[in-house]
Amino acid sequence: MDYLRRTVLGALAVVLLQPLAALAAAWNKDAFAAKTPQDALKGIGAGDAGASKDLVIEAPQIAENGAVVPIEISSAIAGTTSIAVIIEKNPFPLAAQFDFDNGALPYVKLNVKMNETSDIRAVATAGGRRYAATKEIKVTIGGCGG
Amino acid sequence: MAAGPMKMRATLGSGYTDVRVLMTHPMTTAQSNQPLHFIQNITVKQNGKTVVEAQISQAVSRNPVFTFRIKGGAKGDKIEVSWLDNKGESNKIESAVA
Repeated sequence: MDYLRRTVLGALAVVLLQPLAALAAAWNKDAFAAKTPQDALKGIGAGDAGASKDLVIEAPQIAENGAVVPIEISSAIAGTTSIAVIIEKNPFPLAAQFDFDNGALPYVKLNVKMNETSDIRAVATAGGRRYAATKEIKVTIGGCGG
Repeated sequence: MAAGPMKMRATLGSGYTDVRVLMTHPMTTAQSNQPLHFIQNITVKQNGKTVVEAQISQAVSRNPVFTFRIKGGAKGDKIEVSWLDNKGESNKIESAVA
């Protein structure tokens, strides 16, 4: 009897806790499922981003291995609160979005996979406005099969 | 390959703190023949306050390595990094700024 009660309570807890976990961690499913860079930009509300020289992408011009392409993005635009990374020719172009708060600098370094030679587009948000920068990276061997 | 341990190093630069973190994770894509399995959320905290919240996709490389940067900071600050993947698995690591 006690065992049954515990099992039922346990199952209830699992059912009840799942939506809470989903709420705690937001993930922009529509934007990440977008198959074109235009739809990905719309998905993050950045269809109107204008080019800015204060948003800098550091990356190799040629990546021999598309499975690990190091990129570094930093923004000198005052009040930058977010940076998104879009790899234009990947099957799902939106790679990441970083939100900064409480003293985090608008800077990130990460490794990404690239399916083929493509522009990488960074989009920064500052004061409700969107800014973009692009850089082409040539890929010798695509890296999306991993 | 399953998800596994994390490594982190938080160091003081001139006027900022660098947080370099490694996550052991397969990060498999829809293009591979394996089940889709990738980290979706990363949270970085400094002394309990959230400083970076990231949403990432399967386009981030296997065994992800990130560097984040926080303005100022001091030796002994507690840095915590946690992740959550599409299967509900998670992990976290905490260390003090050296």
